[in-house]
Amino acid sequence: MTTTAVRSRTEAPAARLPGAWGLGLRQGALELKQFFRQRDQVVFTFAFPVVFLFLFASIFSDDVEGAGITASQLYVPAMMAAGIMSTSFQSLGISIAIERDEKVLRRLRGTPMPPAAYFLGKIWLVLVTGLLETVILLAVGTTLYDVELPSDAARWFDFAWIFVLGLTACALLGIAISSLPKTSKSASSVVVLPFLVLQFISGVYIAIDTIPDWMLNIGALFPLKWMCQGLRGVFLPESAQVLEQAGGWEFGRVALVLAAWCVGGLLLCLLTFRWKNRRDG
Amino acid sequence: MTAHAKELAVDVRGLRKQYGDVTAVDGIDLGIRKGEVFGLLGPNGAGKSTTVEILQGNRDRDAGEVSVLGSDPAHGTRAWRSRVGIVWQDESAPAELTVGETVRHFARYYPRPRDPGEVIGLVGLEAKENSRIKALSGGQRRRLDVALGVIGDPELLLLDEPTTGFDPAARRQFWDLIRKLADEGTTILLTTHYLEEAEALAHRLAIISRGQVVAEGEPTALRQRHGTGATVEWIEPDGVPRTEHTDTPTRTVAELMRRFDGEIPGLRVGRPTLEDVYLRLTGQEDAR
Repeated sequence: MTTTAVRSRTEAPAARLPGAWGLGLRQGALELKQFFRQRDQVVFTFAFPVVFLFLFASIFSDDVEGAGITASQLYVPAMMAAGIMSTSFQSLGISIAIERDEKVLRRLRGTPMPPAAYFLGKIWLVLVTGLLETVILLAVGTTLYDVELPSDAARWFDFAWIFVLGLTACALLGIAISSLPKTSKSASSVVVLPFLVLQFISGVYIAIDTIPDWMLNIGALFPLKWMCQGLRGVFLPESAQVLEQAGGWEFGRVALVLAAWCVGGLLLCLLTFRWKNRRDG
Repeated sequence: MTAHAKELAVDVRGLRKQYGDVTAVDGIDLGIRKGEVFGLLGPNGAGKSTTVEILQGNRDRDAGEVSVLGSDPAHGTRAWRSRVGIVWQDESAPAELTVGETVRHFARYYPRPRDPGEVIGLVGLEAKENSRIKALSGGQRRRLDVALGVIGDPELLLLDEPTTGFDPAARRQFWDLIRKLADEGTTILLTTHYLEEAEALAHRLAIISRGQVVAEGEPTALRQRHGTGATVEWIEPDGVPRTEHTDTPTRTVAELMRRFDGEIPGLRVGRPTLEDVYLRLTGQEDAR
């Protein structure tokens, strides 16, 4: 036998556990590092909305009667909203489902990491990628389709809260939906389908004045419609308000719905989030 | 808590776990003392992994009392998790990060981590510190798993079949690593279905079969207690090999000496190995 003698170790006094905020920041840095190292994922994530903006805005470029804008300009804020949702809802929904299936989450759960640090890390990731996506789409919109940047500070403030609330609501919904796919293989279909449907009925691909009211009303239950509407309010002239379902930008209602989804999404996450997939019990 | 229970790092009584109709763990009792290396040995499907997952706090149990470092793992706090190291059976480290980045990051989760560089050295991955995890071989990933399991300087390390898929050389290296950790005073519970691994590493071991502990004790004691009898083999003058199972091998040999009057052709007296004991206790004798 080659075993060693039993020795017992001295017990050290308890040390303080690291805090969630600081760890969350570190976690976020690590998430970004991992994200940007997967080059195909980076290209796919950022190029997708840009390609769609280019396609739609180039195909439909006529003047919109009585609104003082072109159809192309209508697509710029819409694709920005879709871009925010794709970097938050879609990418988190898929990536967390994969992390759960590959037992990355279970491994983290076995460490003393506070769960909040994990979620904060994800929030930092989507904040950075969402902002980058928005900047890229805005750059394309202003250079190719004559969208004018607002000169009014109040409009930039509107942009800031629409971005933060919309991104947060969609990120939380993405975290929630990640528990739905049974395996990592089905993750992208499970997450992409509702996102695609929402894009059709929220005025991303198809102008809101051509979507049947009942569809718009369903779309209005979810954040994307309100993100599109709010961003149109920020980047389109006042004259374009006539195209809206309610005939105005309704900033107050946009804020209310997005804030409600932030709260609802958080509750949904707290109730449904699982660190293991179903097979692991 | 009694003074006796305080000496136990792991105290399990009457543990039961059922999956549907299948009883995976059927009333297991275990007591693992602080500072010892304890082997949980059994064939695949005997209930080893389920038991370890319950100890990790990663699986609910149906019945039984479980205390790991004085706490019920089903309600493990962050402070408790920082004292328990887990080496998982499956690889799940972030593929895009380097070994160094991952080990340093995991160190941040713990209140009193070991030095990441030292841990990377301990598992023999110095040369791979700047390699992405996706570029590591299976054995190297396993060693990274161990690094992540011990980075928090745990009092108790739970290893679930740590060397499955290792080549013999890698297995020896791994054993040295476990001995190093044991020398430092870490309590270690390891499951394995490799008998020589349990015999080489464990101070004590429990053999489980069909969800129950069928034998427990020091490896040599187990062999003596359960390995009764001996086998005497020889070759008859007409060239036919003979084998006799007996509790009195000396008498058998003495009789043979009288008969052969000199050298006994092909004489061999065998005591049962731990493997014989193991196979008999787990009902796998036919596998021989």
